[in-house]
Amino acid sequence: MDFMVFQYPMITVQACLDGLLLGILFALIAYGMALQWGVMNIINIAQGDLVILGGYIAYFMYLYGIHPAWGVIVSPIIMYFIGVGIYKLVINKVVDRDLFISILATFGISILFMQLMNFAFGADVVLANSGYGTTMLFDNNVTLPNSKIFSAFVSIIFAICLVIYMKKSKLGRAIRATAQNARAAKILGVDTEKVYAATFGINAALCGVAGALISITFTIHPYMGLPYTIRSFMIVIVAGLGNLPGVAMSGMGLGVFEEFADYILGTEFRIGSVFLLLVLILVYRRFKLSRKREYLK
Amino acid sequence: MSKNAILYAVILIFGLSSPFIFPAFKVQLSILCVLIILATTWNIQGGEMGYNTFGNILFYGLGMYLCASVQVGMFFPLAEWTESGGEKTFVHTPSQFFQGMAVGLLVAAIIPTIVAGLIGYSILGLRGHYFAICTLGLGVAAGEISGGIEIIGAGQGFTTPPFPNVGGLEARGEFFYFLSFGALVLTFIAVRAIYSTRFKLILNAIRDNEDKAEAMGIETMKYKIIGWMVSAFFCGLAGGIMGGLVGYIDSTDVAFDGREMGVFMVLMAILGGKGTLWGPIIGATVFHIFKEGFWTFFLGWQYVALGVLIVVIVIYFPEGIMGWLREKYPERFGEVVDEADRKAQVELK
Repeated sequence: MDFMVFQYPMITVQACLDGLLLGILFALIAYGMALQWGVMNIINIAQGDLVILGGYIAYFMYLYGIHPAWGVIVSPIIMYFIGVGIYKLVINKVVDRDLFISILATFGISILFMQLMNFAFGADVVLANSGYGTTMLFDNNVTLPNSKIFSAFVSIIFAICLVIYMKKSKLGRAIRATAQNARAAKILGVDTEKVYAATFGINAALCGVAGALISITFTIHPYMGLPYTIRSFMIVIVAGLGNLPGVAMSGMGLGVFEEFADYILGTEFRIGSVFLLLVLILVYRRFKLSRKREYLK
Repeated sequence: MSKNAILYAVILIFGLSSPFIFPAFKVQLSILCVLIILATTWNIQGGEMGYNTFGNILFYGLGMYLCASVQVGMFFPLAEWTESGGEKTFVHTPSQFFQGMAVGLLVAAIIPTIVAGLIGYSILGLRGHYFAICTLGLGVAAGEISGGIEIIGAGQGFTTPPFPNVGGLEARGEFFYFLSFGALVLTFIAVRAIYSTRFKLILNAIRDNEDKAEAMGIETMKYKIIGWMVSAFFCGLAGGIMGGLVGYIDSTDVAFDGREMGVFMVLMAILGGKGTLWGPIIGATVFHIFKEGFWTFFLGWQYVALGVLIVVIVIYFPEGIMGWLREKYPERFGEVVDEADRKAQVELK
């Protein structure tokens, strides 16, 4: 336990800023989660592994001498097709089934991806150096890597683009219609199979963007996927499906929580505290609902 | 009845004699016993109660750490043991080892049961996938947190007391085999006894429709917690045995290994057939043979195979071996089949 964070206000400012910028990234991943959950009613445990895979695409561009920031454009395009491929191979068989089946099937995909990434890229912790330098604030007391500001900025742009796309485009409207009522949408001539594939692809593309940004700002490692899945799941259940401002807010809140947990409890408990927070949130919601004799559905 | 008695006698004789028939596979057979215990107890939740948990690994890991800590802590200072890497500084005498093991296993079984009882009320109120994700989080959180606690070895792991130098070379393997086989027999008797009472019917009622079960006047929460506590008891016991068998405990790779053991137990129960007594046992045996073959001949690709296996089993074979047999030979399962009706159904398909 280290309470220095409360004695020196600058550390608090640092933790808050770091957390907010990190949280925007989480919110981007969680938005993809909310999208597929709302539209296809599946929970994708492999979400985090798609993020890491997107990160490795950017990292590879960096290795071959291309600036990793271009990964933000390239990675979602590749990831879109990978997402559609996963949908065609596995997900389309679990869409109509029990949610647990989808959890277990995507758990299998997650293990598969983890190990394949381990083979392909090695088990080292890597990062793609963007060379953006750092910004010093408040008399050099707070250091803020420019890459973090860049990543938050890019995530916001992507989120806004996606919201506009979902509102205006034909596919966006079809996706929203399918989310509301898949059968009715089918009757009215929406090819739901195509919509599902596109939704999963868009989700994977969002993961690709987030992964590319994470590989620039933080580090990536083949086995780091599951915490990202849990974070995005947590954000979605706190914010609720289809509540985009809520997703952004709770994402940033989670980021700040994590930074403070990091300072107070120590880095070794960081991931543990995230998972514990998930349990606490679910238990809290369970008691809150049980007062009205309801339960989480 | 007599048919069943013969079957049990054959299995018992085979179980008791197998370490002498296959002396080279004693460790594998012990692990198989532990896997069967885990699959059978998972089946109480996932199969009978309809609560698909990823969290039984919590009790398994807890039992593992508790058994080893008690075994060491009864005779030596625990902190110094983990710091020195264990066996180099302190040596258990045989009587100390066996006493420690006995008390350790008792603690390893009882504390997880209490833990399950305490957290049961909060966790089991969640339903469906919320329960699944919550228990997944619980297991991973336990692994991450125990990996940060110094006294049980933190990141560098915890060496369990080595087997004392008694009874020749084969003694260690035989001791652990009979320990795990004994635990398996105990589990099987307990689970079979449970499945022949009203308790099982209540669990099935909860699985089929919990609200209706509650409306019928069943205190569902009480029975759910009891079911979880039974699982926790045997998971803790299995964990304690496994800790001694492996000889080394690491927080995320051995004890709270959600990626391996935590998924294995779900997979074995589903492979064998959820909601049957024999399903998890058959599933665990088939899975263990497959796994060992794969782990030996395609080292490195085992997780790839595991991932593919999970997807294939879940999508194409969700009813499991017992479910498939039941579909094929319903008469053997005591179901009365109307031939005309069956034919009509086949034609409809």
